[in-house]
Amino acid sequence: MSDIAMLSGTGVPPAALPVIPLREIAPWAVFASLLALLAVWFVGAEQGAVAMIDGNAIHEFVHDARHLLGFPCH
Amino acid sequence: MVRTLLMRGMLSGVLAAVVAFAVAYLIGEPPLERAIGFEAHAGHAAGAAAAASETAEIVSRAVQSTLGLLTGLVVLGAAVGGIFGLTFAVAQGRLGRNGPRATAAWLAAAGFVVLVLVPQLKYPAGPPAVGSAETIGARTVLYFLMLGFSVLVAVAALDLGRRLAARLGSWNATLTGLFAYAAVMTAVMHVLPSLDEVPDAFPAAVLWEFRFASLATQAALWAALGLAFGALTQRSLERRPVR
Repeated sequence: MSDIAMLSGTGVPPAALPVIPLREIAPWAVFASLLALLAVWFVGAEQGAVAMIDGNAIHEFVHDARHLLGFPCH
Repeated sequence: MVRTLLMRGMLSGVLAAVVAFAVAYLIGEPPLERAIGFEAHAGHAAGAAAAASETAEIVSRAVQSTLGLLTGLVVLGAAVGGIFGLTFAVAQGRLGRNGPRATAAWLAAAGFVVLVLVPQLKYPAGPPAVGSAETIGARTVLYFLMLGFSVLVAVAALDLGRRLAARLGSWNATLTGLFAYAAVMTAVMHVLPSLDEVPDAFPAAVLWEFRFASLATQAALWAALGLAFGALTQRSLERRPVR
């Protein structure tokens, strides 16, 4: 792996990436995960098996993306 | 720092979605269109009101295959990209001594394998007309169950590898982690029920083309995400080096 780093490194030494404390990442991770789950839900599952919003409009609008991304669609 | 990585991830994800859209539109839409043709034809043959043509009127095919497809990909791309950025924040400096571009590329490759390739080995993408309406609940649960298992097992395997690194050396510890992931996922796939809902008359070539296009769309998304994120991170480090 270090070979790859050496090949790719231009001006930046391989060990230059600082370790970020998990404590600092955690709140971002919780918030972003919730939003991401909601987004994935609407693209991948809403109005398929279960629906939060009545009708078929969301399902139909993202229909092709849902199929091609591999989510069960209908 | 974390904020920057999150934003950069989402931006890279949107960029990647545009690349994935090109792939999906060019090679995914033709088999998808043929599957819809099959679906409508099968509906007529059975004498039933074709459910497909009924629902298709809410959103026209022209919108579904362009704006709808792009929107779905961009929303998913932004979500996946944001999580990618935060995963990068955890990984940087912790997984070997790779630079930003190699770290992002490895992370994207792992994301593709764990979140797309392995789950789809068990539950491959289904075009319209494949899968019956009565089983959508079970299929959705099984698909997300498979995704969840894949992520959990991957995290556990990574942890195992890191614990063994001191004793086995990093090469052998990495191999052990990969083997543990493959072995446990093989068992999981063996235990979870298989689905076979392809109609008898559905053309095999269309099914293959569709599944290939689905994997290609995801591969394009993840490759573009990892490469764009790595390039942007590299550029910002060169401008403002850390120490």
